[in-house]
Amino acid sequence: MPTVTLTVNGKPHTVEVEGRTLLVELLREKLRLTGTHVGCDTSQCGACVVHIDGESVKACTTLAVMCEGSDVTTIEGLAHADGTLHPMQEAFREYHALQCGFCTPGMVMSAVDLVAKNPQGLSEPEIREGLEGNLCRCTGYHNIVKAIAAAQDVMHGRRETIAAAAE
Amino acid sequence: MNVVTPFEGIGASVRRKEDLRFLSGRGQYTDDMNRPGQAHAWILRSQHAHARILNIDTAAAAGMPGVVAIYTSADLAAIGGIPCGWQIHNKDGTPMAEPKHPVLAEGKVRHVGDPIAVVIAETRSQARDAGEAIVVDFDVLPGISQTTAALAPDAPRVHDDVAGNICYDWHIGDKAAVDAAFAGAKHHVVFETKNQRLIPNAMEPRCAVGDFDTMSGDHTLYTTSQNPHVIRLLMGAFVLNIPESKLRVVAPDVGGGFGSKIYHYAEEAIVTWAAAKLGRAVKWTSDRTEAFMSDAHGRDHVTRAELALDEQGTFLALRVDTHANMGAYLSTFAPCVPTYLYATLLAGCYSTPVIYAEVKAVFTHTVPVDAYRGAGRPEATYLLERLVDVAAKQCGFDRIALRRRNFIATDAFPYQTPVALQYDSGDYFSTLDEALKTSDWAGFEARRAAAAMHGKLRGIGISTYVEACGIAPSAVVGSLGARAGLYEVGVIRVHPTGSVTVLTGSHSHGQGHETTFAQLVADKLGVLIANVDIVHGDTAKVPFGMGTYGSRSLAVGGSAMDKAMDKIIAKGKRIAAHLMEASVEDIEFDRGTFRVAGTDKTKALAEISLAAYVPHKYPIDEIEPGLEETAFYDPKNFTYPGGCHIAEVEIEKETGRVTLINFTAVDDVGRVINPMIVAGQVQGGVAQGVGQALLEACIYDADGQLMSGSMMDYTMPRADDLAPVSVATHVTLCTHNPLGVKGCGEVGAIGSPPAVINAVVDALRDYGVEHVEMPATAPKIWSIIHAKTA
Repeated sequence: MPTVTLTVNGKPHTVEVEGRTLLVELLREKLRLTGTHVGCDTSQCGACVVHIDGESVKACTTLAVMCEGSDVTTIEGLAHADGTLHPMQEAFREYHALQCGFCTPGMVMSAVDLVAKNPQGLSEPEIREGLEGNLCRCTGYHNIVKAIAAAQDVMHGRRETIAAAAE
Repeated sequence: MNVVTPFEGIGASVRRKEDLRFLSGRGQYTDDMNRPGQAHAWILRSQHAHARILNIDTAAAAGMPGVVAIYTSADLAAIGGIPCGWQIHNKDGTPMAEPKHPVLAEGKVRHVGDPIAVVIAETRSQARDAGEAIVVDFDVLPGISQTTAALAPDAPRVHDDVAGNICYDWHIGDKAAVDAAFAGAKHHVVFETKNQRLIPNAMEPRCAVGDFDTMSGDHTLYTTSQNPHVIRLLMGAFVLNIPESKLRVVAPDVGGGFGSKIYHYAEEAIVTWAAAKLGRAVKWTSDRTEAFMSDAHGRDHVTRAELALDEQGTFLALRVDTHANMGAYLSTFAPCVPTYLYATLLAGCYSTPVIYAEVKAVFTHTVPVDAYRGAGRPEATYLLERLVDVAAKQCGFDRIALRRRNFIATDAFPYQTPVALQYDSGDYFSTLDEALKTSDWAGFEARRAAAAMHGKLRGIGISTYVEACGIAPSAVVGSLGARAGLYEVGVIRVHPTGSVTVLTGSHSHGQGHETTFAQLVADKLGVLIANVDIVHGDTAKVPFGMGTYGSRSLAVGGSAMDKAMDKIIAKGKRIAAHLMEASVEDIEFDRGTFRVAGTDKTKALAEISLAAYVPHKYPIDEIEPGLEETAFYDPKNFTYPGGCHIAEVEIEKETGRVTLINFTAVDDVGRVINPMIVAGQVQGGVAQGVGQALLEACIYDADGQLMSGSMMDYTMPRADDLAPVSVATHVTLCTHNPLGVKGCGEVGAIGSPPAVINAVVDALRDYGVEHVEMPATAPKIWSIIHAKTA
């Protein structure tokens, strides 16, 4: 059986996998990082989004062996080491951008990457378009869009805190 | 203890406690759970809509790596079929047809996805690999997917013992009075429509883990369910013959349900049974393609309706004839959805004096159909609100004026409808007026003209609705065929140092009960939300409750909690009276403080609870120690939210694409506990309703092949398919539950589809379009536009 060596949330791992093992299966089953979710089997839903070497990627459509030497961040690795929430996580809570929570890890990871790549700031339609790869069945996206609009100001230094953005 | 501020009680938009774990990937969804030594199950499903099973050859599969066991129906001969929880009777009083619903197919498969065999192996991949090596000999038979085809005289029988594929032929209302009213009516409007089959697609696929303790003989089922006690009862009593005391069902974090996770499914019985047989845990997780062919579907009605009006536009009578698709087998609540949750809503907001509705429930070779967000009420509202728009156009009335003219008057409550239900309160005029204002209905024609200058067709549509939820009074539903009660349970456990644990039979799979239920306790008992724990979803911890669906958690579960809190306060007063040497009649309680009336002698709730658990200086002969109370609450009536939804759309002529420009929802959900949560529920419901109106359709070909078999072919609404949804609430209190709440979980999905379709038809008004069947997709609209301009 092949092995793959990769860093996940800052920790190195060497894991035995099959050739066909998906990255999401490695994360959930081998590393017991169950925050990354599987919501579909056609790469439509985005519940599995993680960051690989700074890019948001659907872990359900990535073979584990393709991640040799990669630096992977999952939802479990998003908050600061001392437990303080990432501004995107804070914004999601402040704006009630989650209900059942199942799409949330992938939605947050996608949103973080979307905002990081757009320091100029995104309009509401641009945020909606940027979320094309993520499905949510509970919220209707209304509050997700609001949360991302608030978080982008904090992430790019235009506002100090999510609470300030809420005013 | 700190005093609870108004920011934590009823009416506050308290941010959710449960978010912290969901946002950091620490949710405990069923597939996140791994039991020591667990094996994995994979289900072999039929690829045929209808076939006899001639032979199942598992020899090759059994020898493959990691395989522990392979089971078919032959191995399950001793267990029962999946029971149905509601018995409907025919017009002639005879009971509905109730063909067996086997756990694994017995001799025949009746829909694509019908489970045939289960492979148990050490890993999921090994189970799947082996499953794909099973060879089944089929004698393929003709299949039918549409109710019209199933009712044809020469249609193949879905069940050999069910003639004509008719599960039941039911009716409600006064046929003679309706016929008489039509005879004299100036206007007679006929309208035919479908309400298309939908796939709920909660983001979390179903999962079930069966476990068995070989020492104690205790069975445990972890499952993605909205109602673990119901599963324990149905599976334990009717399928596997396990007494409740030996069967625990746990529904941990569940990623959305929308009705699809109410039912007892075959896979739950399979893993529970297999775990006991093998003496080890067995885990099954659905993939999405599998979910498309095994999760219960929703809607699927074909309806012909007729409305009689007088010269001024007063509704005189309504006649409805609906065929409802049950699918191949009866799912748990299926029979009640197109009857008692549909036809009883056909008065809507209107004072139509006589109504008659007939419903035929029909078997076809498709996945079983059952309740999906709204469950019968979206079907009723869609029918009514399209019919009213059609009548307005046909008879020359203004669609707002026609509605207003026929609204039930605000002083007419309680209002007895001609279809059994009695509405307790409502004010359809206020929600209409507010929605018209917010949506700037008056300014629409200018917006239409401006859009036309850019070559776009703009339309605006309205829907005014009433729905019935907060289910339900047990005796009433029992007389209507329900095989269960529909009460709820609440336990308030005040701990010695004053924190509170609540055990509730309700289940949160996105609704935020861990926060909103804690708000009820903060408001009434004065305990900080941080010190209130809401426990749900575990039959070992919570007394018997019926679970969450039909927007019942707050109205029924919350009321049970309220009753239990009243008992806590009553006992607390007796203890406080003793401690403060006063008579109990002189003790007042307000938000955590017991006071001797007219004095400044007080005791905090925490002091009372400590005394109750350390009963040294305590009237032990008169009052038992402890401070924990249980209440069961059976509702006196359904609750009746109502409101007005307005949608504005724009159509691009070149492509037919319909864009939602904005959406206004003004809903009366009774008292609002957490405005932020209510808005979230409405926005989510509207998204599903817009999805139904513009995007979604579960498509079978005529022979029963599932054509929309994955999210590649079933259009789920995405963020850029939707527009901002303006949400406002108008309150008329529920008159019959202690909280005055009506429930808000489904109103979004109920009111929105007709508002959107009414807007689409309005946008196409220059094209002579009478009706557009849902979903109003771009190809469909393009064809309409180009047929008319050809």
